[in-house]
Amino acid sequence: MFGKLTLEAIPFHEPIIMVTAAVIAIGGLALVGALTYFKKWGYLWTEWITSIDHKKLGIMYFLVALVMLIRGFADAIMMRSQQALAAGGAEGFLPPHHYDQIFSAHGVIMIFFVAMPMVIGLMNLVVPLQIGARDVAFPFMNNLSFWLFAAGVVLVNISLVVGEFAQTGWLAYAPLSGIEYSPGVGVDYWIWALQISGIGTTLTGINFFVTIIKMRTKGMKLFRMPIFTWTSLCANVLIIASFPILTATIALLTLDRYLGMHFFTNDFGGNMMMYVNLIWAWGHPEVYILILPAFGVFSEVIATFARKRLFGYGTMVWATVAITVLSFIVWLHHFFTMGAGANVNAFFGIMTMIIAIPTGVKIFNWLFTMYRGRIEFTSPVLWTLGFIITFSIGGMTGVMLSIPAANFVLHNSLFVIAHFHNVIIGGVVFGMLAGLTYWFPKAFGFTLNEKWGKRSFWCWLVGFYVAFMPLYVLSFFGAVRRMQSYANSDWQPLMIVAWVGAVIIMCGIACTVIQFYVSIRDRKQNLDLTGDPWDGRTLEWATSSPAQFYNFAHLPEIQGVDDFWRMKQENGGKTPLSEGPYQDIHMPKDTWEGPVIGGLSIVFGFALIWHIWWLAIVGGLGMFGVFMARIFREDVDYYVPAAEVERIEREHRKSVERGVPQSSTYASQVGGQA
Amino acid sequence: MSTDTLSNHGDHAHEHDHHDTSGTKLFGFWVYLMSDLIIFGSLFATFAVLLKGTADGPTPGEIFELPFVLVETFLLLFSSFTYGMAVLAMNADRASQVKAWLAITFLLGAGFVGMEVYEFQHLIHEGFGPDRSAFLSAFFTLVGTHGLHVTFGLIWILVMLIQVQTKGLTDMTRPRIMCLSLFWHFLDIVWICVFSFVYLMGVL
Repeated sequence: MFGKLTLEAIPFHEPIIMVTAAVIAIGGLALVGALTYFKKWGYLWTEWITSIDHKKLGIMYFLVALVMLIRGFADAIMMRSQQALAAGGAEGFLPPHHYDQIFSAHGVIMIFFVAMPMVIGLMNLVVPLQIGARDVAFPFMNNLSFWLFAAGVVLVNISLVVGEFAQTGWLAYAPLSGIEYSPGVGVDYWIWALQISGIGTTLTGINFFVTIIKMRTKGMKLFRMPIFTWTSLCANVLIIASFPILTATIALLTLDRYLGMHFFTNDFGGNMMMYVNLIWAWGHPEVYILILPAFGVFSEVIATFARKRLFGYGTMVWATVAITVLSFIVWLHHFFTMGAGANVNAFFGIMTMIIAIPTGVKIFNWLFTMYRGRIEFTSPVLWTLGFIITFSIGGMTGVMLSIPAANFVLHNSLFVIAHFHNVIIGGVVFGMLAGLTYWFPKAFGFTLNEKWGKRSFWCWLVGFYVAFMPLYVLSFFGAVRRMQSYANSDWQPLMIVAWVGAVIIMCGIACTVIQFYVSIRDRKQNLDLTGDPWDGRTLEWATSSPAQFYNFAHLPEIQGVDDFWRMKQENGGKTPLSEGPYQDIHMPKDTWEGPVIGGLSIVFGFALIWHIWWLAIVGGLGMFGVFMARIFREDVDYYVPAAEVERIEREHRKSVERGVPQSSTYASQVGGQA
Repeated sequence: MSTDTLSNHGDHAHEHDHHDTSGTKLFGFWVYLMSDLIIFGSLFATFAVLLKGTADGPTPGEIFELPFVLVETFLLLFSSFTYGMAVLAMNADRASQVKAWLAITFLLGAGFVGMEVYEFQHLIHEGFGPDRSAFLSAFFTLVGTHGLHVTFGLIWILVMLIQVQTKGLTDMTRPRIMCLSLFWHFLDIVWICVFSFVYLMGVL
């Protein structure tokens, strides 16, 4: 009846998990109670869960990402604590079975459920506004993508309490992840969480690629697009071209585990090296999917706050395109030690080094943008400066790793850990937090508190160096990754330093939480009434903050790069406001099908993880049935009457001219909840 | 690619219709097909790597029956032709002809899937199932993934038959018939690769 699922699947004997589960349960119940008490379920359903508004989906992506950041960080601080304790024969507080799940979960969560949703969340919020569109190309699919992603998040979190998570590392290398060596459900959780959310990501990639190609406003030629849109375009090309490889690879592993096939097994002709090749043929483009949009954020931020056009727009675009292409021919550098031979290793080593060139071009473009600019040291600028320095160091250690001879020494050592945290924290995390601060007013209508934003930056920056520089040093003494305990107690002092660094980063996360609290509390003082709080240069600042659900009353027409800047110059430095007559606006309707399919995919995945076949059939048929309902539905769109547009635009004009907030903003909605 | 703005809007009386126009849908479907092609590419590569991994089990030459597969191939190729006729009928606004051609396409596709299921069942019965060797795992998965796609295509044809029956040839059904057309021809091309690289090269 319940497949492999029994009550023993719940780890009652693990106090850490049980306490965590209890806290989550209490928190969850409190949330459900509060929603019921304040009668917010209907609001949540109609305004958020079923919404096809790309801005709201962007906010939801980011919200989930921030929650999962805390979960992933909890894993991180446990690992650092374990390694600070478990020296010279000491066992620490985490047994290997638990420790192995933690480092696997940390990697999976941070990449798939923190970094990816932050990137996709920003793309959702910003890209349609930057290209002057009213929505994405396929609004229903956008909602569905989010809920498939959310289903993956739910499955990963269920694994905390029901059963176990993979103990294989974040990429579940075969044959360790095969049924012979991982007979438990941990790898199955990994499989279905990633498979379901990965399909959502592929759909997002297609959606945004088509949006950017097909839905740019009048005059927005490709070489007039803002750099963030360009980097998003390239990231989406990478998604479309690489995520299917992940889908196929996970499917093959699934067949090995569920139907006894022999793709990656030791025996019967299987080839485990093919798994490593396939997973990195996806995995290396994946890191550029994360970093390219972060590059885009820095480009927007630095041009805005230096009050200059971005230096070298064309080279920035071509550097992005070059990185996009090169990212597909470097994957083998993740396993030089496999034994592909000197010539193959040399090719991939050289290709890897070449990537540093377009990246270097970008660094110089940002530096020259600042040169003789009138830089305002806001927190997004601080994140950018911290990025330029930190990422350059991380890039250089990456070039060191790209030398095959050196790589044979450094492979699987803490050097690798230090390197990729150096580029992912220094690049992606800094970029996403900069983007969060920069575009927050566009989403909510008020700016974030600067004081706490800067404190968060300094904690993250200092914390990063204190946490990861010791790992570079330790790697030279032979410390490898994924150690539950180690014999050499000489390593302990530096491990303790690294732990202190993690605690400083924790302060940074706390500062961000406080920043949200303070900003929401003081939102009346920080209202953005003009829609253009930073004196920006691109189209997203041409509309009100928060942007109306239709984004633009009239679709703007542009003549060049940074055209909003020109519009303001010609209008005496002020944002030109929309004028009548208005026309009816065609908009898509909200969808119940997206969240329901997402919910059923959780049922489907959970049933397959535990071999509850009848439930898997129910979930699968349910998804199919709901999809059919969607296919046969005809009332998928509606018109916003011109009079309604006029009323909203007039109110915006009033609020700009008199400095009075509009009534229908998120700011007032947040106020209603707080 | 042109750097001109591809403006779907502004030509209309209202500034609307800028999403879900049939051109955007078709373009999006093309992009989806390219991503699907990468799944097939991964499976072809896997097949090539595992071809020699027969683990003392049967080799390709021992289990493939070319005449049988040739019949399968012609069923699918001919179904592409009949689907093309359906699209021509749609362009001529003849709904009943569209339905007739779709029905014929369905029958041909169902024949293809039926023959493939028979082939698989026959192999498994002989003891050459996908768990016998890495080569057979790769063979069943590559061919089976294509067969699964054709099966989804068959379901889609049924849906379109119902929709053309109930809704007629509308702005909703027309782009869907065009997307299905792309899908169906795409599967034909993939099958030609399967036939050439898996069956022909396996036997010759």
